[in-house]
Amino acid sequence: MRYLPTSDPIRQRMLADLGLNSIDELFSHIPEYCRLQRPLNIPKGQAEADIIRFFRAAAAENAPGFTSFVGAGAYHHFRPTHVDTLISRGEWFTAYTPYQPEISQGTLQSIFEFQTMICQLTGQDVANAGMYDGSTALHEACMMAARVTGRSGMVVARSIHPQYRQVLRTLTRYRDFPTTEVGFGTDGRIDVAALRAAVNSGTAAVAVQSPNFFGNLEDWEQAAEIAHGAGALLIAVITDPVSLGLLPPPEAADIVAMELQGFGIPVGFGGPYAGIIASRDKFVRSLPGRLVGEARDSEGRRGFVLTLSTREQHIRREKATSNICTNQALCALMASIFMATYGKQGLRELAEQNLAKAAYAASAFTAAGAEVLFPSPRFHEFVVRLKRPLAASKSALKKAKLIAGLPLNEHYPELGEALLVCVTEIITREDIDRLVAAL
Amino acid sequence: MPYPANFRFTPEHEWVAVDGTQAKVGITDYAQKQLGDIVFVELPAVGAELVAGQAFGTVESVKAVSEIFAPVSGTVSAINSALVQSPELLNSDPHGAAWMVEVKVAGKANDKLMDAAAYEKFVAEEEASH
Amino acid sequence: MSSSTPRASRHIVQNEDLLFEVSSPGKRGYQLPALDVPAVTLAAARREIPDCPEVSELEVIRHFTRLSTWNYGVDTGIYPLGSCTMKYNARVNEAVTRLEGLGDGHPLQPEELSQGALRIMQLLSEYLLEITGMDAITLQPAAGAQGELTGILLVRAALTARGDARKKVLIPDSAHGTNPATAAIAGYTVENLKSNPDGTVDMASLDRQMTRDVAALMLTNPNTLGIFEEDIHRIADLVHERGGMLYMDGANMNALVGRSRPGDFGVDVMHLNLHKTFSTPHGGGGPGSGPVAVKKTLEPYLPIPVLRVKRGKPVLDYRRPKSIGRVRAFYGNFGMFTRALAYIMANGSDGLKQTTEDAVLNANYIRRKLQDVFALPYPTPSMHEVVFSDSIQAAQGVHTGDIAKRLIDYGFHPYTVSFPLVVRGAMMIEPTESANQREMDEFIAALRAIAEESKNTPELVTGAPHTTKISRLDEVAAARNPVLRWRPSKSEAAQS
Repeated sequence: MRYLPTSDPIRQRMLADLGLNSIDELFSHIPEYCRLQRPLNIPKGQAEADIIRFFRAAAAENAPGFTSFVGAGAYHHFRPTHVDTLISRGEWFTAYTPYQPEISQGTLQSIFEFQTMICQLTGQDVANAGMYDGSTALHEACMMAARVTGRSGMVVARSIHPQYRQVLRTLTRYRDFPTTEVGFGTDGRIDVAALRAAVNSGTAAVAVQSPNFFGNLEDWEQAAEIAHGAGALLIAVITDPVSLGLLPPPEAADIVAMELQGFGIPVGFGGPYAGIIASRDKFVRSLPGRLVGEARDSEGRRGFVLTLSTREQHIRREKATSNICTNQALCALMASIFMATYGKQGLRELAEQNLAKAAYAASAFTAAGAEVLFPSPRFHEFVVRLKRPLAASKSALKKAKLIAGLPLNEHYPELGEALLVCVTEIITREDIDRLVAAL
Repeated sequence: MPYPANFRFTPEHEWVAVDGTQAKVGITDYAQKQLGDIVFVELPAVGAELVAGQAFGTVESVKAVSEIFAPVSGTVSAINSALVQSPELLNSDPHGAAWMVEVKVAGKANDKLMDAAAYEKFVAEEEASH
Repeated sequence: MSSSTPRASRHIVQNEDLLFEVSSPGKRGYQLPALDVPAVTLAAARREIPDCPEVSELEVIRHFTRLSTWNYGVDTGIYPLGSCTMKYNARVNEAVTRLEGLGDGHPLQPEELSQGALRIMQLLSEYLLEITGMDAITLQPAAGAQGELTGILLVRAALTARGDARKKVLIPDSAHGTNPATAAIAGYTVENLKSNPDGTVDMASLDRQMTRDVAALMLTNPNTLGIFEEDIHRIADLVHERGGMLYMDGANMNALVGRSRPGDFGVDVMHLNLHKTFSTPHGGGGPGSGPVAVKKTLEPYLPIPVLRVKRGKPVLDYRRPKSIGRVRAFYGNFGMFTRALAYIMANGSDGLKQTTEDAVLNANYIRRKLQDVFALPYPTPSMHEVVFSDSIQAAQGVHTGDIAKRLIDYGFHPYTVSFPLVVRGAMMIEPTESANQREMDEFIAALRAIAEESKNTPELVTGAPHTTKISRLDEVAAARNPVLRWRPSKSEAAQS
């Protein structure tokens, strides 16, 4: 086997050193009934060329070369070539958690920079080193709000990504977190009157997404005022960090739960991604996940360490702030490289292009006679009600190698034959025109 | 560090010094040594009710966290805010400047409390068992 | 090591400031294509991102390259971090993950346009079920700890469905911290189960504690001491007789693949760590992936969607009325599925078994060559890892953490320090199959030399490392006054 750095003669010598005749003796203490008495029913080891052939065939069945207008929590943004070049260095991707800071300063400094850039972007004081993704970050944010407030009620906008809400329901199934969902108005934004009515003295957190699932922008200040008025926290949910290049940061929020995929992490059929939790300094000891802090060595040199670890499961066990162990470090590194590459000007220009492309697409749909729902400011997604069912356009779309958007009938049946369309900077005007013509 | 004769001690390594109906509570020299460099102390608010034997705060070092159990029941009448600011006081002066809370005692004191001699013996046994 | 060159050497290591310090106004590392639609202004746009870096592309490359040189990875050398299974990460796994169609496939694109990705998930599922001997699987959990949570939620859903609400989960004192943290999040109280002098489950304690109020026993097998629970069948029978379920933490599956299957020894539900056993890269601390495999009784509760084969085609089944729901958006860490599948295909049934055997042989080799200088708290046979304690060296004031730091000077990544908690001063060594004999001999020689130093020049060990870019950092000061982000100094702030 080509991955094993040994040989039969070496194995024999090592066994002899142990005073053994056969490798079976090392497994002889395992009771007979626990031993598998046959080879695994898996084909024998294959050559690299065979493996590549298999995956190429699979990739060919997965819409390569299609232009996709699906967003909904996973966004096709351009990934600079050097993101993969850099993260493919073995020192990055074959290292583990920086438990030994003296030989992990690369990872530790990059996380410190990551935490800083997330704070700059979100307007928060402190950010952790990463969570699994945006959906699980929302769950962690809710648990954190419950710890901070000593309350358990959750008020959640129905315009938060439906899968995020499903995850929250699953993971809080056996916790006493009474959850109320608040609907949206004809402008696609949260129903403010319903929100006011839903919040009470038992509410731990109000969770709002902006841009929301329909692409419309919510008002952080107003949501914060309503939450804080009842002594609750505001959780700001963001599914595409690219939006923060242009949109007002959620400074009014107490906790930010954000998906970072848009920052240079491959769409990759849904993962791996990275989420973050950012918050206020005063809540730092309630944060879930890893944190990196600055430290000095005996000669006064600056370095970085994992810190405030007593919040975490390996020390506090059943009383930990979360059971999470990882911080999706390699995905966070992709996001750091992406942020560094685009920088202050680039992140703004990138967001402006997304805004402009989506605005053009929405007006093109309107001009073609389709109904664009929810007339309030948007970022790069919008909802369009089609003139004819999507199924009728299926073969035309496939022929044109277009994926039109996400049908909303499953999660929002009241919207009818509606499609959530996402237009990022990688989509050209010609692509948009082709899509409008095909539907 | 000697264990003051006027203190009483719990098996979880807290001390209490009772003066009439007022009591001061802290953790022992042995406890701080076990934890190492203290980096954080979390104390209840003034007015909080303590119940003997139940946790009322936490002490943290870099790699350990320990709950603090109330040696007596009563109402917190003062907390040591200097200790919250400078948790390292627990390492330098656990029986003095690093007192944690002052309690207005209600009801009977915990009858499992040890005097200094008994506690010293208890600690010696703990040491030996490791 | 006498005939070979010492592993550690000196080499130029460059210092590198923080990105924000390298930054200079007006520099840029990007260029967007010309905008081909009319520009739009947003009334409520934000002010500029304060202090956000501005650097050129070359500076980005140099920055992250220099930082990388301060790290140690599996590609650098032996990485014997116990419990983490730091094995070789083959490059073909990376290449196939990035193929067009897979690397950029959208999770919500139509199912008929996603057949390739679903076929990959289907094949991986089949192989993992064959390896574990279980009946059904979900690939959705994002990491091991989320797999644990998913597994415990499945147990709770099944028990609730049969009207048997239970309150507790039993967890051995040698377990990973994620186990009790997980049980707590699932709403259970945690009860500690003490190990016996062999380092395994104490049957008398289990008999006493396994009451009708216990939902599950969470067991790691082999456990964190690297010891196979030889009473596993009696353990499983006892748990089942009392109406509970046996959860297995699959963190140590690298000791079992091709040799022993949890499904054959009474496990009801378990998770796998694709980043440990199946070689998906650890990435400096993630991403992981934590599939959960179950027996038939728990299948109805698996998270949605469940992957099924219908008329020869993989389909996603959302109509699962008993399902616990979703545990993560989309389908989990798909990019880890491609890597793990490529690993299994490259090894095959023969290579997987050989891998397990080499991992166990290597751990036992290290054990044999070090057991005369380091204390072995549990003489029970070792599987894929061995746990020593520092008790001999501690007499000289040298502790496990010191020995670990001194290993760095010899050119090695340390073992896992102070875990499992049941061993005072634990030194947990897992060489994996990826350590070759030559490097293991060097590693062994280094630890033997450190044992000598601990006797003769203990200050050399307690002050280590002496050769790194920075020496030991003041973690106490860092925790007392946490600095968790960079901020501009007053003069820099005034300039901008």
